[in-house]
Amino acid sequence: MDWVLDNGDLILSLTLDHLRLSVIPIVIGVLIAIPLGWLAHRFAWSQSLLLGAVGVLYTIPSLALFMLIPPLVGISVLSEANVIIALSVYAVAIMVRTASDAFASIEPAALRAATAVGYAEWGRFFSVELPLAGPVLLAGVRVVAVSTVSMVTVGVLVGVQSLGYFFTDGFQRRIIAEVATGVVMTVVIAVLLDTLLVVLGRIVMPWNRVGTEAQRVAVR
Amino acid sequence: MDVLRDALVWLSESEQWSGDGSLPRRVMEHLYYTGLAVVVAALVAIPAGYFVGHTTRGSTWLVGLAGAARALPSFGLILLLVLLFGVSGRETAAVLALVVLGIPPLFAGAYSGIHQIPRTVIDAARAQGMTEWQILWRVEAPLSLPVLLGGLRQSVLQIVATATLVAYVGLGGLGYDIIQGIPLRRFDQTVGAAIVIVALALTLDAFLALATRLATPRGVRVGRLADVRAR
Repeated sequence: MDWVLDNGDLILSLTLDHLRLSVIPIVIGVLIAIPLGWLAHRFAWSQSLLLGAVGVLYTIPSLALFMLIPPLVGISVLSEANVIIALSVYAVAIMVRTASDAFASIEPAALRAATAVGYAEWGRFFSVELPLAGPVLLAGVRVVAVSTVSMVTVGVLVGVQSLGYFFTDGFQRRIIAEVATGVVMTVVIAVLLDTLLVVLGRIVMPWNRVGTEAQRVAVR
Repeated sequence: MDVLRDALVWLSESEQWSGDGSLPRRVMEHLYYTGLAVVVAALVAIPAGYFVGHTTRGSTWLVGLAGAARALPSFGLILLLVLLFGVSGRETAAVLALVVLGIPPLFAGAYSGIHQIPRTVIDAARAQGMTEWQILWRVEAPLSLPVLLGGLRQSVLQIVATATLVAYVGLGGLGYDIIQGIPLRRFDQTVGAAIVIVALALTLDAFLALATRLATPRGVRVGRLADVRAR
């Protein structure tokens, strides 16, 4: 406990670093994944192509991806951009499949009805498809958020500071409280972001209390 | 792009292919930790998932717990357990960490595999006079197998990825060349090792994908998309 009390400032500043390094890739990943998921759902050729591609990306271990992105993009291994790009790639890899499922879960009758009352393709997407896919999309974003927060910590191995610093520093100095603080704070951030997403979902989608369907998809 | 070429040169050097710290040896270490952790995780997660799926008892909090376990940072968990177990118990500690991370997807696979079976099928089996055990082994287990194998695939993926981090506590595996190479700026070595890790992960994944396809009972196609739409 002494260690925690003595290092309050460091805990706070690394927690903020961790939040920043998590939120940026979550937002980038989700924004890229939703149109790709729609595309994957829309055409048969794009489905096998996109889902196959994200499946391969998802298979790559994070430490390996941290090594492979810099030579491909032309940045330093030890840069924050490296970690942000890698985590965005994972966010896309997780989210495209869920987004595709989300659009597939919409009743075709609802889409035909929307077309019948005069919605054109784009208007239909934003006013009908996106809201109806919302609950399942939200479930996907929650999975992305939790896994991103946990993966940020590996970035410390390429010198990017986050709560992961407590893991390596605490391990080398044999301070159990330090490593434990890192683990607990990472879980706290994950739970916090998850709760925030649920609350946000209730506000943005008052017509749906994030029903069982979304939860069931999330369980997988 | 030079780094990629250097990495290929590093991969082609003969010292990487024979001897103590060679790549084949690292692959074996990696597979050893992965295999051990997957087996232990399966022994815990599959019975638990079957129990909850069959009886639906405790489903709310166990499913919640499995979800919460995903928030655990794998790297921190390994280091924390190694510190708690001491240096002599670091192998047990590392494998235990991998087991903890491998359980949630396997549990979810076993549980939701049974959960997605239409109730009418199970009620029909019960109406024919099957005992609860017969229902579990002859109806629920085969019908849920593809979903369970999907969970196994995720679990293996998670464990293979995390096993790259056990090198940090001196246990070898394919992560060794990366973790040792970063402070030395030996990027030919780190990128070369990363390529081998990716190849290993993709090979295992392809193998499990094939197994999932073969395990699907004839006449039952549990397509993900069809599955969601049907609800």
